[in-house]
Amino acid sequence: MVGMETLHYAFDGGRALPPFAPALVGVVASGNLEVLVEPASGTGCRIDVDTSARGFGPIWEAVLRDFHARHGLGGLVVSIHDMGATPAVVSLRLDQAISAIGGATP
Amino acid sequence: MTIVADSPWTRQRSNRAARLARASGLAGVRAKTVEADAVVALLEALIEPGDRVCLEGDNQKQADFLARALTQVAPARVHDLHMVQSVLSLPEHLDLFELGIASRLDFSFSGPQAARLAQLLGQGKLQIGAIHTYLELFGRYFIDLTPKVSLIAAQAADAQGNLYTGPNTEDTPAIVEATAFKSGIVVAQVNEIVDRLPRVDIPADWIDFVVRAPEPAFIEPLFTRDPAQISEIQVLMAMMAIKGIYAEYGVQSLNHGIGFDTAAIELLLPTYGERLGLKGQICRHWALNPHPALIPAIEAGWVESVHSFGSELGMEDYIRARPDVFFTGADGSLRSNRAFSQAAGHYACDLFIGSTLQMDMQGNSSTATLGRIAGFGGAPNMGADARGRRHASEAWLKAGREARDGLPGARGTPRGQKLVVQMVETFREHMQPAFVETLDAWKLAEQAKLALPPIMIYGDDVTHVLTEEGIANLLLCRDDEEREQAIRGVAGFTPAGQRRDRAMVEKLRARGVIRRPTDLGIDPRDATRNLLAARTMRDLVRASGGLYRPPRRFRNW
Repeated sequence: MVGMETLHYAFDGGRALPPFAPALVGVVASGNLEVLVEPASGTGCRIDVDTSARGFGPIWEAVLRDFHARHGLGGLVVSIHDMGATPAVVSLRLDQAISAIGGATP
Repeated sequence: MTIVADSPWTRQRSNRAARLARASGLAGVRAKTVEADAVVALLEALIEPGDRVCLEGDNQKQADFLARALTQVAPARVHDLHMVQSVLSLPEHLDLFELGIASRLDFSFSGPQAARLAQLLGQGKLQIGAIHTYLELFGRYFIDLTPKVSLIAAQAADAQGNLYTGPNTEDTPAIVEATAFKSGIVVAQVNEIVDRLPRVDIPADWIDFVVRAPEPAFIEPLFTRDPAQISEIQVLMAMMAIKGIYAEYGVQSLNHGIGFDTAAIELLLPTYGERLGLKGQICRHWALNPHPALIPAIEAGWVESVHSFGSELGMEDYIRARPDVFFTGADGSLRSNRAFSQAAGHYACDLFIGSTLQMDMQGNSSTATLGRIAGFGGAPNMGADARGRRHASEAWLKAGREARDGLPGARGTPRGQKLVVQMVETFREHMQPAFVETLDAWKLAEQAKLALPPIMIYGDDVTHVLTEEGIANLLLCRDDEEREQAIRGVAGFTPAGQRRDRAMVEKLRARGVIRRPTDLGIDPRDATRNLLAARTMRDLVRASGGLYRPPRRFRNW
């Protein structure tokens, strides 16, 4: 899409999850985002972000680093399609997605 | 013309008589009743250059016909007026300055005209005396800003000139009292002249002239929030407010701001609040306009009383049917009164909760942004500790104990404190950070040559900062550094939040100064819109049993 920015992050050293079915939460709508979580081989956590709001790389990095610190999961790929959601909404959707694959810490 | 003997002690009265004499000979003026097309001539006869004039512009109700008429007077006759009114909301309010009719302004709020006001100030077309809270401006009406002529709005008048204001009484009693009892002149525009008024809100001998306006006075529905627009994050923050603050302190009496954040709280009382067993324990008495979002809580029996600053369009029949909750006249309709409700909000409420556009690291908050001079209406009055309060309540005492525990001397004298909560998502729309190192207010003060930066709520009055990341209880902070880190500690991923001292923030969390949702036993994933007692405008109508009739623009069915 014109004007979209694509960002890639990778975090290591996560706890591998038992096999899980991919999960999709959220919607692609203004101020919202869609998060898709899929299994991947290895212990890494890769996160790909497509966002309509350009120039917020450092905030994405902080939000996603915090997410990884919170859950510490490996063996997954997270794909985000964002339409200008605030960090609060991004964190909430990520937590919902992890719940949906049964990876949430209580 | 009658010549009135001049005594050095009755000059104001003589001057009033001279003005009335000039008006009495005009075509279209019969005793107190004035034809609509005679109003411009009437104003030219009554108003003298340099007069202080109150052109009733309330938060909601506008004397719009008289405002238009005042812009049509000849500036050669009527000029250099000093306008003293609470709200500048109509273009005419500023046209007066552009046309050279008025030159000086004292006010409270200018939301819709804020940008143009800043422009005119920059062009030297007006001078601002001060930007006040409502109660402060009303106070000055009785001290050093008494209006010489007031142009007001009411629903109806009778032949003698008694007025019925309808549900939106708002500022009218304060304005008329100050003017009529200091030899001033009051002109009222009314929607209709009737034989018998439903009730008398303003007695006839305080009113000099009445004119039936061709169109009903404009009233703005400012307090209607469509529940469809409430976000999950606002639901989360509302859960935190109810569990982490309202329940914690046992808040019985309160005032809510105007935003979606507080609408979410109102809509969570009968669902989430009920589940926590809080009904009857919190939120029983309100200083609040008749918010449609409060209907489900009222219907569920949460609310004992609501006193209102003004009314809200569409709520008339609902209010009429709930006189045990609202203040109503013998005729059944709401009696609002901004001055009394502001006094109630200041002195008789345990808690104020509202939102802001910016907060700095001292906790000062402001909705002032560059190029706009908006003022704050009632927020500084609601959002300030009432230092004169002497009656105790559980919430007030607990807040006072937390703030004063261990302090020496006068600062340690036992007393209560008002809970002042700023509820704000860390980023506003378009990713504007709500937490900043320096408020725009400072630059605005410089631009507009204001004596002080326009701060809405001072940091030392704020007791709690509530964001999606947590609640910072500033009452428990013992020095400036702790306060700063407590605020940074809930400022999320904003640059100011990322500059936190992580170790200190964790220490503050261990002490309960900062509480995360999980510390409160709240799982953010439970914060869904399903918790809202009404999720659409239609739900609100249904909850009211069909008594609430939203204005057309809020109806999408």
